[in-house]
Formats: sequence, structure tokens, C-alpha cells
Amino acid sequence: MKVLPKLFPWFLLALFGAEMVAVLLPRKDGEYHVNEFGRLPVQLNGRVQPFDSAARNALLQIRGTGAVPLEEAPAWRFWRHGRKLNATEWLLEVAARPEVADTRPAFLIHHAELLGELRLQDKGVRKAGLRYYTFAELQPFLGEINEQALKAGEVKSAERTAFQKQVLKLANALELYQRLKFTLQPAGVPDFARMVADFQRDLGPALAAAQASQSSQDFDRQALERIAEPRREFRRMARWGYIQTVPPAGAAQPRDRWQTLGVSLLESDPDGQVHPAALYLATMATAYGQRNPEAFNSAVAGYRQWLAPRCERELRKGRAEFYFNRVKPFLHALIIYLGAFLLAGGALLAFALSRNWSEALRRSAFYLVLLAGTVHTFGLVFRMALEGRPPVTNLYSSAIFIGWGVVLLGLILERLYRVALGSVVAAFAGFVSLIIAHNLALGGDTMEMLRAVLDSNFWLTAHVVTITLGYSATFAAGLLAALYLLLGVLTPLLAQPLGAEEAGAPAAPGKTPPLLGQALETMVYGIVCFATLFNFLGTVLGGIWADQAWGRFWGWDPKENGALMVVLWNAFILHVRSGRLLRERGFMGLVVFGNIVTSFSWFGVNLLGVGLHSYGFMESGLKWLLFFMGSQLAIILVGLLPLRRWRSFRAGAGSPPAG
Amino acid sequence: MMPPSFLDRVVRFLASIRLTAVCLVLALGVVFWGTLAQVEMGLYRAQHEFFRSLFIYWGPARAAWRIPVFPGGYLVGGVLLVNLIAALGKRFALTPKRLGLWLAHVGLILLLLGQLLSDLLSQESTLHLREGQARNYSEAERETELAVVEAAGADTDNVVVIPQRLLAQEKTIAPGRLPFAVRVRKFFANSEVAEPTAAAAQPAAATQGIGRHAIVRGLARATAMNTRDVPSAVVEIETPQGSLGTWLLSEFIGEPQSLVWSNRTYQLTLRPRRYYTPYHVQLVRFQHEVYPGTDIPRHFSSRVRLSRADTGEQREVLIYMNNPLRYAGATYYQSGFDPDNHGTILQVVRNPSWLTPYLACALVGAGLLIQFAIHLWGFVFKRRTA
Repeated sequence: MKVLPKLFPWFLLALFGAEMVAVLLPRKDGEYHVNEFGRLPVQLNGRVQPFDSAARNALLQIRGTGAVPLEEAPAWRFWRHGRKLNATEWLLEVAARPEVADTRPAFLIHHAELLGELRLQDKGVRKAGLRYYTFAELQPFLGEINEQALKAGEVKSAERTAFQKQVLKLANALELYQRLKFTLQPAGVPDFARMVADFQRDLGPALAAAQASQSSQDFDRQALERIAEPRREFRRMARWGYIQTVPPAGAAQPRDRWQTLGVSLLESDPDGQVHPAALYLATMATAYGQRNPEAFNSAVAGYRQWLAPRCERELRKGRAEFYFNRVKPFLHALIIYLGAFLLAGGALLAFALSRNWSEALRRSAFYLVLLAGTVHTFGLVFRMALEGRPPVTNLYSSAIFIGWGVVLLGLILERLYRVALGSVVAAFAGFVSLIIAHNLALGGDTMEMLRAVLDSNFWLTAHVVTITLGYSATFAAGLLAALYLLLGVLTPLLAQPLGAEEAGAPAAPGKTPPLLGQALETMVYGIVCFATLFNFLGTVLGGIWADQAWGRFWGWDPKENGALMVVLWNAFILHVRSGRLLRERGFMGLVVFGNIVTSFSWFGVNLLGVGLHSYGFMESGLKWLLFFMGSQLAIILVGLLPLRRWRSFRAGAGSPPAG
Repeated sequence: MMPPSFLDRVVRFLASIRLTAVCLVLALGVVFWGTLAQVEMGLYRAQHEFFRSLFIYWGPARAAWRIPVFPGGYLVGGVLLVNLIAALGKRFALTPKRLGLWLAHVGLILLLLGQLLSDLLSQESTLHLREGQARNYSEAERETELAVVEAAGADTDNVVVIPQRLLAQEKTIAPGRLPFAVRVRKFFANSEVAEPTAAAAQPAAATQGIGRHAIVRGLARATAMNTRDVPSAVVEIETPQGSLGTWLLSEFIGEPQSLVWSNRTYQLTLRPRRYYTPYHVQLVRFQHEVYPGTDIPRHFSSRVRLSRADTGEQREVLIYMNNPLRYAGATYYQSGFDPDNHGTILQVVRNPSWLTPYLACALVGAGLLIQFAIHLWGFVFKRRTA
């Protein structure tokens, strides 16, 4: 039976590895080359991105999800994926077949009072306790919603009630949705490709006629009238258009002068030429609307070829970001972390039962954390390359990076002490931080452009990355300390002597091997030192950046104070330890409290809303933050039980730790 | 003389690590409380009440009395500083093994001292320029002054300035260079100037100038971000021959009001306190770029011309975010701009000790790094040989 525990970790690694490889491989397009379309570059929020990103972020704002499910699959049949529209397919429908898109359950409304006000409680599609509505269902209430939203808009944003916030959110979602309909064509024109082609043909004569009329000669009135109608439609598009789909016209134009289709068509007058991209885009819309896959695919391919020599960089960016969107590295890493966490926990529980199986589980967990960490790193680096920025630029990316830092520390610890503790911490932190990131991403584009104040890669790297690593270390130490308290009270594990294998080195002859509890204490102390260094450096570097940016080393701004609090707390812990003011479990309790201090300075100060943005996630975020703080306090309280109640240090279980 | 054992005990107490631990926890408390308090009272007031104070006072919302309930930033920081210095003298022998700790603590002392110096010595003001405009002074953000200006020639003025500190005392001020005394009847640190309404039968604020047709009301000090106080004063001009009447002066009123005495004309204004420089700064052009299709600012920059009459120095400099101009002991930062994009607001900071945090940071960073490297080395080495 020795073979099975040996093979088990490799089997799991192969299983998850194979899944990842399958995800990374390119996928084929269907009848319509929607993926090819999704890769095409556009400009939105001041940055070039693929249609797919624009679609995904719009859908997140409207529906809170990245796709629109079309049929209900019962939850117990988890192997069956219900048919669904991905973000690009949905956008294409909105832009080219609005009459179909209007019947898709794309709007999330979850505020009971708002639903009551609109008498919508019994309509819509119900999924996992949330209600989704189609545009067609909401259309009769557009006037009412706008009226309420106008009223809510007059209230200062900090003073709005939940109802007012929800009404505004819904009104914004509805406006965004209606604007998306003007991405490729004006809503309600059956053959827009023909309209643009005719416009191209009629434009020359019309311009000649207009010139003639200005110099008061005879002119062709009909030639002018022929372009009047298309121009009316273009103006509508220019007014409502949202995504800038048309690239800069010539090499002489600045690279960032993208336009919406409507604006581009309106401005085609002076040279009598319609932008070639406009023709391609209009053809795509009409072909998709008239269910003509050949015409759609050839328009997409033709446009790509037209772009290739002119916008090579943008085209590449579009493809890369599309790939990143589709692979979803953080989602996959999250799943693998969860698996690893369960395995590592199992390894700890099995420690006293079967060393063989405990080791097998520990190894499996370690391999899976390695795999997840690799995927996590892949995503992190890919994002950096897409943005051309250091890893942390906003709250979302800070979550990803803090998690990454803890995973790295956990892996190093696991290499040093092979007792599954490092893996538990790494997997737990990786999982939780990616969940947080996932929720933060619901706010919209996570790769938004940086405001002028923050636009300095040097200081972002020096200050933000350093302090984020400091937060990582504080969390890693806090999680380990929490493990110490929980394992000590609930299990006899802390008093277990470590074998040569676990300790990473054979015990010296004549010396007793270290106990697990002592090993943990060494780890926690080491990480707190690391945390102090990085937090201090990061905080002071932040001050120096502030001195460079606005002449004030320290301004007592909430975010600065948060960082300072983490530094003070770490310094306090180190002094308590070096002065031997508290014993081991007291020390561990302080380290656990570090979790509370750090989470306050990471999120709490944003919740205060003093001169800082408040994020949509934040309202429910507060609840979770308080829950987390409460749980940490509970763990500290558990640790305050007298040592004789600890299962690890009961008489006979082992000797209590010295100090 | 004190018995040596007592002195010894005091020193040992001041150098003790228990004191350090207590101070660190108290500091955490002050910072936490002060951060929360910013929501209510705004950044500026919270800074004064929590961080730049010896004690934090508390009293019931409507009561007139307040009692100290918690040590303030200065007290905690000061004790920590004494503790650090005492510990360094008493407990830290400079040995190779403790070099890192020693460096880190010396750096911390420098950091605390530097911050105290900055707090006491640094001076912040703003320079608001329209394109083409040149100025040889910057203005304080939260301090006013009363200026009495007499035109003395084509391009020279005689200026007498009374600072806010004196105005607030509401006394009679008789500067030797003026032939009259200024009696401050009323001073409002923050106020509202309005036209008198029939409903409120408040008498006009003054007997001369604009004040004849205006009333003034005192307001609580502004605390929110991006708001500032509007100070006002009612002054009476007293000459040896008697009073000339009262004037309402306010930052709200902007333009100067004139007064004539013995055939000489004086202009009275209440204006933000000015810091004059021996050189002029002129705004050549302000640029403000946003990311295409958004209103996210991408770049602000001010091209300014520095000109100094006494040395004949003339040069153009570009000031933008994260790239300030350091000149003659002052640093100019891009801070804001006019809504029409043709004017710039520069933050002007004079801080003689601005370099201390850089040095302190290097010392502490190096110290901690050395110390932890020693630890890590010991840890790895022990494992290897064990």
C-alpha cells in the first residue's frame, strides 16, 4: 500500500495540470467568427482594448456577470453547462440584433423596494435568489426610472439611501445598454451597410452641390437631399455612441484619436471619403442582423487585414487581452487553491493518524499550490504586460498581489518546514484574495487608466509594491499565528516532534528534535521581521513620493495613517517579543490582531470615504470586513484559554513551550 | 540633589522597552482615533486636535468643558523620542551584532526630529497664476492679513500689514508708519457677508465703504476638504482728531476700499497673507490633458518663467505632477488649475528639513536589512550544520 500514497500527489497534479492546459489551448470559432470579432481593437475609457473587454465590462455593470445564461440548468446537474451568451456574443446581439437582445435577461435588480415601486416582483428570471429582467420588460418603466434617478441624482452621493443608489445604478445600466445599441449601426435601420455604401457614393456629388450653393450657383438639390437622411442617422449615432470603434484615419493622426462610428461618419465630409473601417463595421452589423455568416466572417477577416499594416500594435493588444479574458487565470487559480487548501487541511488532520497518508496529502497540497501559484503568476505577469505597469495600480490589483505575496511566503515556508502549514496559509490566502479581487472586478474595467498624480511607474513600483508585500507578510504571519492558536487549543499537534523529513534537516545527535509549535513560532517571528521591514520602507517611500508630488512628507491622510498603523503594530510586536513582555500565545494573539490592523488599513480606510473613492462592492464589503475582524478576535479569545485547557499542552501531551 | 538611585530608576524607566511598547500602542490608538475623527471634523482640524497636540480632549457635545482623555500626537511622539534616545544611550552598545538595530533606531530618531522640525518650520502657500501673469509672492491658504497700502510712486507702494494673530485679539493697533491707529472692533475667522434684508433687522456692518450696504455674520471654521474660511473684520480708523468711521473688510470683498486722511489716500484690504520672494514667477502656458473619451486627467503641466531682477537670472521651467521646481529654498508643485484651463495653482512649500526623511529612511532601511540578514543567516546556517 506504500505505492498509492506516493502516486496520489502526482495523479492530482496531472489532473489539474491537464485541465489548465486544456484551458490555455486556443479554441475554435463557431458558424459566426464571434471570437475573431471579439479580438478586434477598440478604444474605451482612454485605452485600446478588444471588443470583448468592452462587452465584458459593460455586462458587468449591467448584469453583474460576465455572460448571459439562456437556459436554466438545475443546480444538481453540475456537469451540464446551460447554453449561454458570452460577453462578445451579447454585445454583438445588442449592436446588430437589438430586437433579440431586448428579450435577454440582462438587467439585475435586487433591491426589494425598487422592485416593489416598479411592480416587478413577479416578473423576470430568478437565478440563485437574484432577479434578472429583459429590456423589453423594463421598457414600460423607463420614464418612471429616469424620474426617480433624476431625484436621486440631486442628493449628494454620500447621503443617498440604498434605494436611491439602486435607482441610479439601474438608470445608468439602462442608458449604457441603449448606447451600446449604437455601436455598429443606428437602432432601427434594417440595412445599414447599404446606407453607408450609398452615402459613400452620394457624398461626392452632394459636396459639389453644397459648394455650388454657397457660391450661389445652380446646384443639385436632390444630391443634397440624398445624404440628409443618412446624416440624420449618423448624428443619432454620434450622440449616443459609446465605444470608439474607428481607429485614427491616417499615420498623421495621433494614435489615440479613435472615434465612435457615428462621429467618424459625420466627419467624412471634407475629403469626400468614408473611413474604410466604417464600411467594414457596418457590414458586420448588417450581416449579423440578417443572419448571413459568410458575409459577417468575411467582413471581420477583411477588417483585420485592413488593420494589420496600420494598427499592428492595437491588433496585437486586442488579441492578447482577449486571450487573457478567455483564459481567466485568476478564476482557475482560485479553484486550484481551494483544492489545495482542503488537501493541506487533511494533511494536518491526518498527521497523528497516518504519517504516510498525511505526507501524501501534504505533497498533493504543495504541488497544487505550486500549480495555482504558477497560474496566478502567469495572470499577474500577463496583466502587467497588458497595462505596461507595475503589478499594483488599484484596489483590485492590490488584492491579487497581496494574495500572490502570501502564496510565495507560504511556499517558501513549506519548503523549509514540510508540515503542510505553509500550504494551508498559501492556499487559504490565495483563495480568499482572489475571491475579493473577483468581487472588486464587478465594479467595471480593472485596467483603467491612472490619474495624473499616480502616473509614475517608478514610485508605483518603489512604494506600492513594497507596501503591498508588507501587507502580504503581515497577513501571512497573522494566518500562521491563528493556526498556532487553533491547532494548539483543538489538537495535540503543536507538541508533536518534527522528524528529519518535516524539519527539512536531521536533528543534531543528542539534541531533541524541534516541536511543531516551536517551528511555528520561528516562522511567525521571521515573517513579522520581514513585514516590519517592508511596511516601514513602503510607508516611508510613500511619504517621499508625497514629498515629491506635493511637498508634504506626511499629511495624516487616512491611507497614510493606515499604513502607519501597520508599522506601529509590527514594531510593537517585535518589542514585546524582544523585551519578553508576553509569552508565546500572547505573542501569537498580537500577531493575529495584526490581521485586523492590516485589513483596516487596506479596506477600512476606503470605507471611511474621506477624500477617497467608494466602490460599489464596498457596501457589502463592510459586512465582510467586520465579519473577518470578528473572526480574528474570536481566535484571539480562544487563544486566551489557560494552557492546561489546550489539547497540545495538557499534561502528558508534551511540555509547554518555554518563554 | 536627588538621590542617585532615584535618578537611576528614572533613566531606567525612560530607557525601558516597556515604555516603548506602551508608546507604540498609544500611538496606534491616536492614529486610529484621529483617522476616524476625520470623517466628522475634516482633515485639518483632526490634525490639530489629535496629532499636533499634547492631549486629546473630549467633552459632551453641547457642554462648554472638555477634559483630556488620551495623550495626543506630540506627547506620544515626544516620549517615544526621549525613550529612543535614552535606550540608545543606556541599553544599546554599538557592537557589530547590533549594528543594524543601532542604525535603525538612530534613523528613527532622525525621522521624528525631522518631522517635528518640519511641523514647526515648514510654510505652505499657494501661487495662483493666469496665463501671462507674473507674481513675486505666494499666498497663505489659511491665514489672512490686513494691508494698508499707500501709492508712493508710479511703481512703488508703501504697505503696512497687520497679521491675523493681532487682528484676532480685537485690539487697537497703531503702527508707527501710519498717521492713524486701527482699532479692530470685530474679527471673524470665518464669516458670511450678505446684503441686508428687510426681515432681519441687523444694522449695517460699518459706517464707511461697502460695509454701509452689507451685514456680516460669523460662521464656524470650515473643516471639509476643498473649503476655506472667509475671514472678515470690522475696523475703526482713529486719528488724533477723532474717528473716521468703521470699515467692513473681508476676503469675500476682494477689491480694496479707500480712505482719505490729510490729503493722502490709503487702500484697505483683508487678503490672504502674502509671502514675498525676490524673484517673479510668470505662467507662460498651462496644459491639461485627459485620456481620450474620458475625463480622467492624464497630465497637467505649467510652463513658468523665473526672472530675478538682482541677478538678471531668466529661465523657463516645466512643472508637472511628480516633477516640482526647487528654487531658492522653496519648492513649487503642480497642485490645481482653473476650470477654463488657462490658469494654474502651484503649491509653494518652504521646508528647511525636507531632506531628513530621505536620510532617515535610508538609515532605518539599511539597519533593518542588516539586522534581518544577520538573523536569516543565523537561521539558515544553523539548519545547515544542525
